[in-house]
Amino acid sequence: MAFLAVSSLTKEFFGLKALDEVQFSVEQQEILGIIGPNGAGKTTLFNIISGLLRPTAGEIHFQGNPIQHLKPHQIAMEGIARTFQIVRPFNDFTVLKNVLVALGHRFYPGLLSSATRFEKASHLEEASTILARVGMDAYRESIAKNLPLGFKKQLEIARALALDPTLLLLDEPMAGLQYEEAERLGNLIRRLREEGITIILIEHNMQVVMDLSKRIVVLDHGVKIAEGLPEEIRTNPTVIEAYIGREEGVA
Amino acid sequence: MFGGYVITVAITISIYTILAISLNIITGYAGQISLGHAAFWGIGAYCSAILSTRLGLPFWIGLPLTIVITAFIGSLLAIPCLRVREDFLAITTIGINFVVQAVFLYVPFFGGAMGIGGINCPYDTTLFFWITLMFLLVCIGADRWLVKSWIGLALESLREDETAAAISGIDVVRFKVAAFAIGSGLTGLAGHLYAHFMTFISADDFSFPQSIAILSMIVFGGIGTLRGAVLGAIILGVAPELFRPVLDYRTLIYGALLIFMMRFQPDGILGTESLIPRIFRMFRQRTLAPLRSKG
Repeated sequence: MAFLAVSSLTKEFFGLKALDEVQFSVEQQEILGIIGPNGAGKTTLFNIISGLLRPTAGEIHFQGNPIQHLKPHQIAMEGIARTFQIVRPFNDFTVLKNVLVALGHRFYPGLLSSATRFEKASHLEEASTILARVGMDAYRESIAKNLPLGFKKQLEIARALALDPTLLLLDEPMAGLQYEEAERLGNLIRRLREEGITIILIEHNMQVVMDLSKRIVVLDHGVKIAEGLPEEIRTNPTVIEAYIGREEGVA
Repeated sequence: MFGGYVITVAITISIYTILAISLNIITGYAGQISLGHAAFWGIGAYCSAILSTRLGLPFWIGLPLTIVITAFIGSLLAIPCLRVREDFLAITTIGINFVVQAVFLYVPFFGGAMGIGGINCPYDTTLFFWITLMFLLVCIGADRWLVKSWIGLALESLREDETAAAISGIDVVRFKVAAFAIGSGLTGLAGHLYAHFMTFISADDFSFPQSIAILSMIVFGGIGTLRGAVLGAIILGVAPELFRPVLDYRTLIYGALLIFMMRFQPDGILGTESLIPRIFRMFRQRTLAPLRSKG
């Protein structure tokens, strides 16, 4: 049984197919890369898995259970966390408070537990530990909006980790980062996998995705055009065509 | 102890402060703009008046019932608000205000244009002032508790970014309804106090300009902070009494004040990023800095 299985997933926006019968699966503790040109439907796929969008057709099974009908907060409770391509931390909150919001997922459902104090020493300590995992414990009192982009992305990962996820969806974590920042983030992603978290990674930077991923799925115009090991994808003619264009098209 | 006039003004301001605190929970903390807060106030007052005059329930029995019923109706009215955000939510809540006021005005059960009179207040004005003040303090306490709880954190994160809150495990619908329920529960309390203080209420008391007045209070004081809501209610509550001659232009002044604050101090006079708290923080840092460097 696959850890996450996406089958015949279709999403239409006003008759336009953003995803067309997409099918793939993820094994536990692997890093699966998803690549494709702009408008291939990569982010739409993440939005559906994380519950922000409903698929037009198709199913998603997580650890054997269908999840395509669940709401975003229920997906989060199931242990699927995500980050955004265009970062969205809680801008006016401190770094620590950002993490606390997600840490609260254990307390929000209960009427009584949700009425307890969130600034308890034990909660603050736990949030600090999570920040230390992404190397940001020194910035706990900083206001999120004042952070450089690299740290905002790491903060989003910290917030995702506070959900205690088993599956992490990273939407272009390297985009817009400088070399050292990207290097640091790459190491973090490898470390998280070693800790036992399964990761799906959308990435534009080919080098990054080839280095990090065990397998790669290629989307183009909402259709899966290839799937395989990084070296297979690198030499796949369909993939090259999708990225560079047809040979006869080149003058 | 005080003159009757001063006590009357003090009671009115205390009730307005409770209203400002309750609106601040919905709009300030949870970020759900409401331009129809007077409707919830009216629901509380009418509920209290009916329980008192028709069923003959005493003050202290009617009180919890009014709070619960208003909180319930408030969360029902929140349902049409769930699917809309920001400017559309503002318009929806204006609509709710007009509909609720019209129901009070035209449905005979609510006394029509005559309103409901003869509400029995069991206490004299001075004692009623202390009771109102006590309830105001209870509201302040409840607000402090809310802000420090996971519920408060969830509401604030909804205000910051609904999508990010949802993927962090927050049930958006449930916590929006919770914000309206808690906010309108406290508004119900204000309605109960108001109905028993006035002993006569009518639909005009809960009109749209009243909603604007309450919103002006929290915007003026500093939206999203308790100190802002309290101070805004006190200043804008006292001001019309001090400037009696311009009372007719109250709505005009509130409107102008809203525009002025939005342009120059969008966080209000006591909001986190406003001038006065910033100066205060600067002053505190300057006085503490030499001490720290020595240590």
